[in-house]
Amino acid sequence: MFELLTLSKRAFHTEVMMQLSFKKDGGKRTKVASNLSELREGERGVLDRLDLPEETAKRLMELGFVPGHVVEPARSAPGGEPRVYRVDGSEIAIRRDTAKHLLIRKKKPAGRE
Amino acid sequence: MSDCHSCGGCAAVALPPSPVALTDTHVIAIIGPPNCGKSTLFNRLTGLRQKVGNFPGVTVEQRVGRTRLSNNREITLIDLPGVYSLDARSEDERVTRDVLNGQMPGVPKPDAVLLILDCTNLGRHLLLAASILSLKLPTLVILNMADDLEARGGSVDIAALSCELGAPVALISAAKGDGVEKVFQFIEGTSEGSAKVSAPRIELPILQDIPKCRKWAQQVGQNGHYQAPAPPLWTRRLDSVFLHPVIGPLVFVAVVVGVFQTIFSGAKPLMDGLTQLIQSSGAWLGALLPNSIFKSLLIQGVWSGVGSVIVFLPQILLLFLFIGILEDSGYLARAALIADRTMAKFGLQGKAFIPLLSAYACAVPAIMATRTIENKRDRMATIMIAPLMTCSARLPVYTLLIAAFIHERPLVGHFLGTQAAVLLGLYVLGFVAAIVTARMLKSSVLKSERTAFVLEMPPYRWPTVRSLGLRLLDRSKVFLRRAGTVILTVSVVLWILAHLPLHDGKAPDISDSFAGMVGHAIEPAIKPLGFDWKIGIGLLSSIAAREVMVSTLGTIYGMEGTEQTEGLQKALQSDLTPGGAVALLIFFAFAMQCMSTIAVVRRETGGWKWPAIQFAYMTLLAYLAAFATNHLLQASTFLAAITK
Repeated sequence: MFELLTLSKRAFHTEVMMQLSFKKDGGKRTKVASNLSELREGERGVLDRLDLPEETAKRLMELGFVPGHVVEPARSAPGGEPRVYRVDGSEIAIRRDTAKHLLIRKKKPAGRE
Repeated sequence: MSDCHSCGGCAAVALPPSPVALTDTHVIAIIGPPNCGKSTLFNRLTGLRQKVGNFPGVTVEQRVGRTRLSNNREITLIDLPGVYSLDARSEDERVTRDVLNGQMPGVPKPDAVLLILDCTNLGRHLLLAASILSLKLPTLVILNMADDLEARGGSVDIAALSCELGAPVALISAAKGDGVEKVFQFIEGTSEGSAKVSAPRIELPILQDIPKCRKWAQQVGQNGHYQAPAPPLWTRRLDSVFLHPVIGPLVFVAVVVGVFQTIFSGAKPLMDGLTQLIQSSGAWLGALLPNSIFKSLLIQGVWSGVGSVIVFLPQILLLFLFIGILEDSGYLARAALIADRTMAKFGLQGKAFIPLLSAYACAVPAIMATRTIENKRDRMATIMIAPLMTCSARLPVYTLLIAAFIHERPLVGHFLGTQAAVLLGLYVLGFVAAIVTARMLKSSVLKSERTAFVLEMPPYRWPTVRSLGLRLLDRSKVFLRRAGTVILTVSVVLWILAHLPLHDGKAPDISDSFAGMVGHAIEPAIKPLGFDWKIGIGLLSSIAAREVMVSTLGTIYGMEGTEQTEGLQKALQSDLTPGGAVALLIFFAFAMQCMSTIAVVRRETGGWKWPAIQFAYMTLLAYLAAFATNHLLQASTFLAAITK
């Protein structure tokens, strides 16, 4: 996880500057960001933005969902939700309607950058 | 200890902001995120010398322990709640922050802090270090789970990390006890006033900016030559079973059924032994004492009253043992995950599963455990339904009635017998009542938006005998204290009421005593449920605590020449119809007969409104359900008799 972050340090920094307001600033972004709930097992994504109220966003960031981190879906409860995500060395379970608001840039399965 | 001596880079050493008090009230606070082994370390440091209470004025649990250092100084350790930050969004975080700032009334400002972090995930856990170090208290940064880190190929340079953080760092394994002596050395140092506070090498970021804090933690970890360990292989393997779409739910059900079968049949030999012991010791004591009113009070009031409840200790401990194993091993988080979708259907969330499972042991800690639910309305709904879950205080009553009225036959081979099945049925009944109630509340008065469910899955770990043992010891103390106070008092009061007024200097028949009069007075109200006046006395006394029912019946029937559980069963068989017996089981499943629960709900909800509603609702539910049960069973036995 660590080497990943250092590689994209510069990009990471500017990303963060843009995203700290936690508010929907939709429209301005050119990149089409998909969200965590669309990732399948074996895929990975780089977290881009938390489109959630500040309270929830902070809670998630404390658990590792910080923009720039790689997120990887793991097992889920029967029925596909809530799903466990591997992020920042931990495994955190969230429901689909939360995962939908975590926007990502998709990464290829093998891609360790 | 790897202090800053080895490194010249952090020579800027400042004195602690306030001089360390050299009294015996030297206070050390332990803080750490959830699942980092904080309680294990606390237990290591204090052993049996700990007390559980609440922080004054709030509902956050406070564990305080004392320990004696090798320099013969007594110190006080405060175990703070597990938090990820000091952002004060939840009550736990607010309390933690206030205690550390010395703003919690009644709690002295800590002289030093033990910050415990899980070193298998240091990058993320160092986030909390930023908040704690900014307080400028003498701090020891404890990296726990050293054995895990090593086994999974990770490493860290504690000397370098210590320089980075400007605080001493200790690498320990709280579960195995490795390195704990370093913690003692630090505490001794601070108690002698030698603790120094220096600033971290890289300036602390603004704490509100989590991405910046995370970057700071990243940098600190890197400079401390932190090598993250490989992913926990065994956890992934186990999760592929426990969270398998088909096997997972099967394991879940098997675990629940297995627990219930074991606490019922596994505890039996122990309980039989204990019953024997109490009976023979009562008889031995009776033979020693001269015949007097005092002997009658001691043997019938105290001995058989308290004794009839104490026999349930093995069963209750077995239940807590299972909950302890599930929690410490990490399976409970998976169970909450599996339960979430089902819970969501009733308007609750998976996190409510943990308080509700604890409610199977006791509603009081369960209601306190609802604090992990951030949404207020979700939390309120969970508090309202927790007492409907079958707590261990109902077990004595259930066990007695089931043993007396349900014939044991194998249902599914040796795995499940009728008695265990009935017991399981009662547990299910409580659960169903709870979720239906939750559904009603969440679709009416406590309606709220579906809230975020966020739950960390800790790696699987072997539960340690030590922590399980301490847990059980703690529970035994609570149970025995109750037996020694509430149950003893009620037993004695009841004995007095059952022996007055005197007729010609002799105790009256139970039927003519004060207790009997009260029982007869309420008999018309409970007759439709199939209960007579003796059960009525039991019901009244059990408002104090459910298990008092058993000791009350012990006292009442004890006066009629029977003693202890076996005699009690026979006496009940002659007094209760099968319909009435089942109705009584149902009544206990629903009624809120517990003063401690009422008190804790009042405290947690901040008023009498919710406990009053809860008490009225549960009593009404219990009455109606028992009424229906009694009449249905009567009708069916009547039908069976005429069709024969």
